[in-house]
Amino acid sequence: MTNLSTLLHDTRTRQIGLQALLLALVAGGVGWLILNTAGNLDDRGITGGFGFLDRAARFPIAESIIRYRPTDSFGWAFLVGLGNTLFLAVTVALAATVLGLGVALARRSAHPLTSGAATVYVEAMRNTPLVVQLLFWYALVTLGLPNIHAAFTPIDGVILADRGLYLPRPVIAGDKGPFLAALLLGLAAVGVAWRYGRVQSLRTGIPNHYGRIAILSALLLLGLVWGTTGLTLSLDRPVIGRFNATGGMGLSPEFTAVFAGLLLYSAAFIGEIIRGGIDAVDKGQWEAGRALGLEEGRILRLIVIPQALRVIIPPMTSQYINITKNTTLALAVGYPDIALVAATTINQTGQAVEGILILMLVFLTLSVTASLFMNWYNRRIALVTR
Amino acid sequence: MTDMTQPTPVFVRTAPTPARAAPLAERRPLWHLLFGDMVSATMTLIGLLGLAWMLPHLLSWAVINGVWTGGGDECRQAGACWAFLAQKYPQILFGIYPPAEHWRPIAVCTLILGLGLWSLPPRNWTKLTLGLWVGGMLGSLVLMGGGVLGLKSVPTSAWGGLPVTLLLTVWSLGLGFPLAVLLALGRRASLPVPRYLSIGIIELIRGLPLLSLLFIASILLPIMLPDGVSIDKLARALAAMVLVSAAYIAEVLRGGLQAIPKGQTEAAEALGLNWAQTTRLIVLPQAIAKVIPPLTSTIIVMVKNTSLVLVVGLFDLLSAGRAALADPDWPAPFAETYLLIALIYFTICFSISRYARWLETRMSKGNRR
Repeated sequence: MTNLSTLLHDTRTRQIGLQALLLALVAGGVGWLILNTAGNLDDRGITGGFGFLDRAARFPIAESIIRYRPTDSFGWAFLVGLGNTLFLAVTVALAATVLGLGVALARRSAHPLTSGAATVYVEAMRNTPLVVQLLFWYALVTLGLPNIHAAFTPIDGVILADRGLYLPRPVIAGDKGPFLAALLLGLAAVGVAWRYGRVQSLRTGIPNHYGRIAILSALLLLGLVWGTTGLTLSLDRPVIGRFNATGGMGLSPEFTAVFAGLLLYSAAFIGEIIRGGIDAVDKGQWEAGRALGLEEGRILRLIVIPQALRVIIPPMTSQYINITKNTTLALAVGYPDIALVAATTINQTGQAVEGILILMLVFLTLSVTASLFMNWYNRRIALVTR
Repeated sequence: MTDMTQPTPVFVRTAPTPARAAPLAERRPLWHLLFGDMVSATMTLIGLLGLAWMLPHLLSWAVINGVWTGGGDECRQAGACWAFLAQKYPQILFGIYPPAEHWRPIAVCTLILGLGLWSLPPRNWTKLTLGLWVGGMLGSLVLMGGGVLGLKSVPTSAWGGLPVTLLLTVWSLGLGFPLAVLLALGRRASLPVPRYLSIGIIELIRGLPLLSLLFIASILLPIMLPDGVSIDKLARALAAMVLVSAAYIAEVLRGGLQAIPKGQTEAAEALGLNWAQTTRLIVLPQAIAKVIPPLTSTIIVMVKNTSLVLVVGLFDLLSAGRAALADPDWPAPFAETYLLIALIYFTICFSISRYARWLETRMSKGNRR
């Protein structure tokens, strides 16, 4: 009997017992939910499983990067939605990084108008919900802008109207094969020369211009190929028609609103991250740079930014993941991203479990991929201590 | 005896050199900042030109052509339709809550905002305040829902506007916090089961968009519960919000827990306290005190997140505003309505962020001594 009581008071036994209990509780809870779900689905006559993905979707998707027709399958519709989500996320992330850098520099500016305007912008964006902003932009595009006949055309070829934004599209006519080959060759050569020049200059301590020479020669080669194969570049400008503008590159009101809204919102956050990173670099680094006789631009580029990047990268990772997650709000204005496709599919087929599982899987994969990539990049630029 | 005589020193410093005056602070006059060099002058010019172009448009829209009184017809072919806001503000603020009972949502908003204001100064962070919050949260539910104390019963489907936004925020934080403490402690535990369970839950929730969690709560939850059990739509959305706030707060708390030196736990163990006592009396109070400023920022995130419940058909401030815009008698003055809604959110979030900054400097001063 004493053996059993010591066993009960033994820390190890207790820990194992408590953990087993916790595991059993969680497993039991999850199992109970799954059993309920199975029972309820049976009652409603819904067959589970992903078989529905092969069936024809029969709902329209207003715009997509990947070609789509309503006769395509549900599985294809999900891919089309994913394509739209990724397109939106990547374009917004790139544009917001550039704009965010501008915002950060503007907020640090000594010029009172510039820094004041940047501060007002950042505070307004950060302290109002994104959905409100998206709805505002969408209403502004569809209700606030004039119709196509009174369209707003700031420069020739750019049309902004309630039907969306129309931009000129560059068109290259002729045989593009040799040019593309030359482009690839040029890119590869520039990459190799840049890398070699960097290694050489680090090894010898003497700056060289291999990279620049390679870029120039690649441009020369491209120009030569362009001239000899007789390629022509023209701009396909949109023209105002009876109901719509034709030609050029048309962006729907939904995309315009979501892109503008997400861009402005994310750029405010990215700007603050970059500003924080630049502020985190010691003032002495600037002063040392000045003492060495470097100009302000070079100090920023060669001394401050490389050090600031170490501070910036981790929050930037979560910001890029946030942008990807925020693209789901496009559903509020009707841009067909994957969340809208999932919602429509659930409505039409009743396959709620599967639809939501696909949505979850997609976002978990995207989050994990993004954080793996940024971790790799972070390791690359992290401080190497000897 | 040596003939090496000490050389007579030429100068011996007997007193420290007087301190040099501090260099003049570089304070450039305003005109210099605005027009000092080409770049500044260009930026000033661009800014002024932009203002000169925008201000007349804005003024003519908002003031000169603005409609302050009247109905929908006066607003067509005119500037800003402030008359719409003047007439519709009860609907935007309180949704479709029965107009005769509007004093109840007003009381709820006043109660929550008042409690918030009361809790601002750190000297009010007492058990009494905690009790007041618990009472206030329960009391506001009773006030909104009614059915007791002679109050007319109002179903949650008729709740709307600002009180829903405030209630969702307060309840998701209030229920999320205890859950967050468990998750944060679990994540730091040495035992594998609670640790991996907590990591899994936290990362799962943080990796998913809030929208998909709201979908799960509104579409999947009814399927996952046994037949006959139905949960209110508002409560389902709240469940999703609670999980989100728990995951975010847990990560903030983890930072606080990591900042507690190990010596604190060891000292507590040396005094004979067990794990629960050590955690409750020694570790948690210090960890929570350390992360109050970042926790304040989490409140802002949650306030903004509540606006998402619109996608599952709940009437928070934003959806109530959208519903008001659908009135065919008016020409849908969306800009004015969204500006009002944005202004309400901005007032709440901006004040909280200023408060967080004030708290941060105050606390870092205390640490520096």
